[in-house]
Amino acid sequence: MTGYILVFISAILVNNIVFAQFLGICPFLGVSNKVSTSVGMGAAVLFVMTLATTVTHILYKAVLTKLHIEFMQTVAYILVIAALVQMVEIILKKVSRPLYQALGVFLPLITTNCAVLGVAILVTQKNYELLQSVVYTIATALGFFLALVIFAGIRERLELYEIPEAMKGAPIALVTAGLLALAFMGFTGLIAVPW
Amino acid sequence: MRVWNEFIKGFIKENPTFVLLLGMCPTLGTTTSAINGMSMGLAATVVLICSNAVISLLKNVIPDKVRIPGFIVVIASFVTVVDLSMQAYLPDLYETLGLFIPLIVVNCIILGRAEAFASKNGVLLSIADGLGIGLGFTMSLTILGSVREILGNGSVFGFQFIPENIDKVLLFIMPPGAFIALGFLIALVNHIKNRKAA
Repeated sequence: MTGYILVFISAILVNNIVFAQFLGICPFLGVSNKVSTSVGMGAAVLFVMTLATTVTHILYKAVLTKLHIEFMQTVAYILVIAALVQMVEIILKKVSRPLYQALGVFLPLITTNCAVLGVAILVTQKNYELLQSVVYTIATALGFFLALVIFAGIRERLELYEIPEAMKGAPIALVTAGLLALAFMGFTGLIAVPW
Repeated sequence: MRVWNEFIKGFIKENPTFVLLLGMCPTLGTTTSAINGMSMGLAATVVLICSNAVISLLKNVIPDKVRIPGFIVVIASFVTVVDLSMQAYLPDLYETLGLFIPLIVVNCIILGRAEAFASKNGVLLSIADGLGIGLGFTMSLTILGSVREILGNGSVFGFQFIPENIDKVLLFIMPPGAFIALGFLIALVNHIKNRKAA
């Protein structure tokens, strides 16, 4: 049990997916102008990522290893993720209108979010059990959520300040992200991860 | 002439990293040194040229509705080829670049070129476009890698020109340094552009 809690904390703070592993930078820079949209994106990523890792994990164990075609991993995973995102979009549209309106616009963007494919491959490489991979994925997605919302909050305030012409837009956002990453580096060595 | 123009645009006018801000994950994640950045760029270039060529050949075969999944399968196949070849012939480099090799699949530069260029143009032009954009990407990654390696380690391409015993800004080869270095490089590009426009 302690193991799960430690992995949880580690994936959110110590090995944050954005600041320490550089995954999901495109949505991190792209949809962080407003806190409200960043919350929507974070929630959509949490949902799709958990679903995708569960499905790809089962696919790998039940199909790819059984047939000895592990080299097809990349092709199989990206297709599964793309299909899954499409399916989630259709189901959400039918089942829950409000939820679809909140998350719908972010769903197509998620297919090319490298964090989703990245975590699915990472979990396979680390050879996790199903429960371990689900816990790890949820924690990683929460880490993404946290990073995105904090960053959006800072960017909202940044709008009010005068910034040199050349630094406007992406450069100042990147430097801000660098300072945030520096803050997150303070968590390095906080805990030892059991698995 | 047209081929040359499509080739040359990727370096400055449509540079994927500094101007279009595409493919940020490998840009930040693999540029701890000049050589790592260059290798990552070249791996992506190989995939880009091959996928551009094949997609421009298949553009009339793939139905319009399923073109995106179709492109992704073509790209993923070439990524797998590069992935397995690097694992076999360059194991050390493969170890350093790690996850970012399979993640070339979701690099928006490659899908972007497939959708915006290769699906509308002939094979020769598509190859020129892939080569230009790919080398432009490689160039940007090499520049960023060099800057980080010089500031953080006092060397470039492994050649040590600041003695070992002098302190360097170690921050630049760690994750925060990637964001900060790229931020200032893009600001520099913007500054030069603004000056030209004025």
